[in-house]
Amino acid sequence: MAKIELTRNPFIKSALKSRYPQLAVFIIMLVGYIFAILAGLIGTPVGSHNFSIVFVWIAWWAILILVAVPFFGRGWCAVCPIPLPGEWLQRGAVLSPPDKRPKWLNLRVPKMFRNIWLQNISFLLLALFSSVLLTTPNITGIVLAAMLFAAIGLSTVFERRAFCRYLCPVGGFIGLYSQTAPIELRIKDKQVCVTCEGKPCYNGSQTGYGCPWDVFPGGLTKNTYCGLCMECIRTCPHDNIAVNLRPFSADLAKPSTRMDEAFKAFIMLGSAMIYAGVLLGPWGMFKDAAYNVGSSAWFVYAIIFLAIIFVILPGFFTFGILNTKNILPLKQRFASLATALIPLGLMFWVAFSLSFVLTNASYILAALSDPLGLGWNLFGTANTAWQPMLTTILAPAQTLALVGGLIWSVRTAEKAANEVKVSSIPVIVYSFIVTSIMLWLLL
Amino acid sequence: MNRSEFLSRIFVITGIILAIGAPLIFWTRTPLIHARMAENGGWNPDIIQAEVSQPLHLKLTSDDVMHGFAVGQMDMDAVDVEPGKVTDITLTFDKPGIYTFYCTRWCGLNHWRMRGTIEVSGSSSDPEPVSPPLYVSLNLNLDAPHDAPVVPRSMPSAISGQQLTTDLPFDQSTDYYRANSPYQAFTDLSNTARTESQRWDVVASIWQSNTTPESLANGKQLYAQNCAACHGETGAGDGVFADDLAQAGEASMQTMSGAENMMMQTPVDFTNPTQMLGASPALLQGKILRGGMGTGMPMWGSIFTEEQIWDLIAYIYSFQFEYQE
Repeated sequence: MAKIELTRNPFIKSALKSRYPQLAVFIIMLVGYIFAILAGLIGTPVGSHNFSIVFVWIAWWAILILVAVPFFGRGWCAVCPIPLPGEWLQRGAVLSPPDKRPKWLNLRVPKMFRNIWLQNISFLLLALFSSVLLTTPNITGIVLAAMLFAAIGLSTVFERRAFCRYLCPVGGFIGLYSQTAPIELRIKDKQVCVTCEGKPCYNGSQTGYGCPWDVFPGGLTKNTYCGLCMECIRTCPHDNIAVNLRPFSADLAKPSTRMDEAFKAFIMLGSAMIYAGVLLGPWGMFKDAAYNVGSSAWFVYAIIFLAIIFVILPGFFTFGILNTKNILPLKQRFASLATALIPLGLMFWVAFSLSFVLTNASYILAALSDPLGLGWNLFGTANTAWQPMLTTILAPAQTLALVGGLIWSVRTAEKAANEVKVSSIPVIVYSFIVTSIMLWLLL
Repeated sequence: MNRSEFLSRIFVITGIILAIGAPLIFWTRTPLIHARMAENGGWNPDIIQAEVSQPLHLKLTSDDVMHGFAVGQMDMDAVDVEPGKVTDITLTFDKPGIYTFYCTRWCGLNHWRMRGTIEVSGSSSDPEPVSPPLYVSLNLNLDAPHDAPVVPRSMPSAISGQQLTTDLPFDQSTDYYRANSPYQAFTDLSNTARTESQRWDVVASIWQSNTTPESLANGKQLYAQNCAACHGETGAGDGVFADDLAQAGEASMQTMSGAENMMMQTPVDFTNPTQMLGASPALLQGKILRGGMGTGMPMWGSIFTEEQIWDLIAYIYSFQFEYQE
């Protein structure tokens, strides 16, 4: 399937180029985000009736993992409110692209941190505390506020969006999975970029800021680190930036060779499986251990969690590909072949999320009318009874997602194996085994 | 700064102020009584002001588990207070005074500590004289041991006893019943020509004659709602909280005066004849009214009416006596 350039449509083009539609969305998002923090801090401590839990961990998560990431890649990052206050302070402006010098320290992030290991760690930190975080409004409020302040802090010290690029716990996996999405931002003609003077898309100009994501659009080959902020559409003097509709998983044809990204794939795959077992499974002991943060049982849970992600899953994977001998070092084969786990991990998360999203979606209406759990009834829906939705299609939909994920992963494995010139069989067998375990855990 | 930048900043700042200010304003204007398990703070607020004859609207919510709300000595149905939901209730007080509201669901080991007060001010058109409770006028020591030296071999039967109630050396009046323990009545019958077991049957009959089926049914209901959590459904002192209470007692008593007090933490066994047959209704009234003073037994004086307490006492004796259906 060929690419379709969406920015050829004059309506889409002007909507993306103008700053006003984006600013309007930003303001709504920021208001919602601040309200979520406040709701977490002053609203009812009962999670299922608090806006912060219901709108962040049910509504937002559902939109993110079931719609935004699979279909729009980093579409969420394009409207995320977390970096905004910091970025506005950094720029000294909310709207107008300026001829101002950068404010604050504007340092470059040290080279050792210019990868997604910090994001891997920040995700795991939240993941280990997730049972408490996902159910306790004031913890959610504190974590949301902490992310906002961390983003502001990093913006005042480092250049561009250091928080989004190197620390955001969600940004890491959104970037990884955005490679599978059928949307991309790319240049139209490489030669134009080569001859372009001053590279305003990266360095900024009178018409806009240099890429906040520290990416040179001319070199974009995959979605991972492009935040779809649309700044380069505004700055490119040659109208050389396009937003394209493309086939799913187009970026995965060229497998990554980076270990931080490979481990991200294992982190996401493993945590989806652990959550399916701990949060949805019938084992009360695991739930207790995960919930009682700080107890000895929780430390055991944390050790097992980390062992599954860093030792067991990558260990078996390495063991499987050991015999795929070729001239490339094992590390490179490992990173390239782990690409096959990206679509699989995404579909694991889709399958896992379907169950708790459909189970808990009815809380959204109640929380909309009574967001703080104070007995309000703003829209007349406060007394909506809890009712799991679409229960009959849940198991078939999960099975479809997992089997579809397996097929997708097999096709990706074949391409990646072809790229590094080894057999894809071990990766396919590995994917089959983990999918079977996930099916058993969910169904 | 150009116009559009200025307007944008206004929008952003307005949005932020609205996002913070609006919920805060509405939050402070929605008075809500939060219920939490006693360990986590109980009722908040736990003192509520009200006016005589003015309806008092309350909004209640639970921050943890299911609780219940009722006001002592008031003719009202308890309402449930559920986590994350808001329960509305309107109360009207006829008389000024300090009322106790309390949790009616067994929410946890310290459930009975979940209490608060409603201070009702205003003048009463009909001031009622207050008389001291019977245990005070009888000058009873509530904490003195009251074991019966002799207990019946089998459960005394009011049915058998009824035929033997002629020529009693005392009357069967309410005054006699309330002021004397079953063992005292048994002793008072010692100069009559009845066997020991017959004397106990007569006592059972006297105790039944001083209550009614309605009182017993009411006492049974009050017992099930308020007492069974610790004293057990069958009165054996083995309610759902009994083990935890004993454990908590051991822990808390280690710094206090030792094993004797530790025993006090275990809920009383109403099926134990030695303790029960040596206790008069007036003594039990005192224990219920005042509570156990440092044991797990709460004071019920502010919650039960006098009539409710007598009904409850009549029911508690039914663990000792076989009554006629």
